[in-house]
Amino acid sequence: MRLLSYMGQWKSAAKEVLDRTAIVAKFLCLLHVTNNYLCSPTLVYGPSMLPTLNLTGDVVLAEHVSHRIGKVGTGDVVLVRSPVDPRRILTKRVVGMEGDTVSFYVDPMYSQTTVVPKGHVWIQGDNTYASSDSRHFGSVPYGLIQGKVFFRVWPPDGFGTLEQ
Amino acid sequence: MGTQSLLWNSVKKFLTCGLIGLTISDRYASIVPVRGASMSPTFNPRARNFTDDYVLVEKFCLKKYEFSHGDVVVFCSPSNHKEKHIKRIIALPGDWIGTTHNSHDDVLKVPKGHCWVEGDNSASSMDSRSFGPIPLGLVKGRVTHVVWPPQRIGLVERVFPQERVSSFK
Repeated sequence: MRLLSYMGQWKSAAKEVLDRTAIVAKFLCLLHVTNNYLCSPTLVYGPSMLPTLNLTGDVVLAEHVSHRIGKVGTGDVVLVRSPVDPRRILTKRVVGMEGDTVSFYVDPMYSQTTVVPKGHVWIQGDNTYASSDSRHFGSVPYGLIQGKVFFRVWPPDGFGTLEQ
Repeated sequence: MGTQSLLWNSVKKFLTCGLIGLTISDRYASIVPVRGASMSPTFNPRARNFTDDYVLVEKFCLKKYEFSHGDVVVFCSPSNHKEKHIKRIIALPGDWIGTTHNSHDDVLKVPKGHCWVEGDNSASSMDSRSFGPIPLGLVKGRVTHVVWPPQRIGLVERVFPQERVSSFK
């Protein structure tokens, strides 16, 4: 008799645990889709985008819609998966799109000109003295672009859109 | 009133299933059709079949980007980011690969962070022999099994031409 009532309680408790787990799972799926297809906050750090982005780290918002519909263009700051190490994501500015002619300085005396191939982009850091970018590893395929940075959230005195 | 809430409930259920399906296919595994004969006889062994082969693509490899020689992978085309191709990885970063360029035999070193991909059907395959080594960041998943048609269900083996690749580590 008591065993039956225990089983009833256990069954309703198990059902409640399952319901709560389902809600958490659905929330995590929503978080994944938002972070990968809409907008996500990212911590970016390093000297290669001074003075646009700080050395010690900024929290920026990146949107993941433009690069899927092909709306990334010259002058955009983008998150790019590094062609040298696929586990790293770089933050650089797009300086040339496919078909553009790009000139860059290999050393202070000698400049080189290349044409960006089809399906590729040329990326450079704003701080040309401390940035490893397309001047070193060449044009990168458009498919490596992960998102476009459009807003800075932290530090508070830099809150707002990024300068061009 | 009743049909309105019923409609709203169905829309909510549909959206939830869509979100869950999208998350699973991005993070864990998905099933994709193989188009074309560039991977014959591994996939689509006869050009004029009624249906394409369907394969299981796993996404766990995208956490560490560690691949082995002979893995079949799905990647974004370097010349058109909207197209996805399925080819086999023949050489990994740092390997020397033997190619034939304009009837001259040549040996290339695969740069850091890149890989050399080729289709199993060399006669009709657009691969690294035309567009060069591709960054590993373009890889979107690894093919592990064939799941359709039923008579060809099975594991996808890791084979590659060892005589053309040398890895000095």
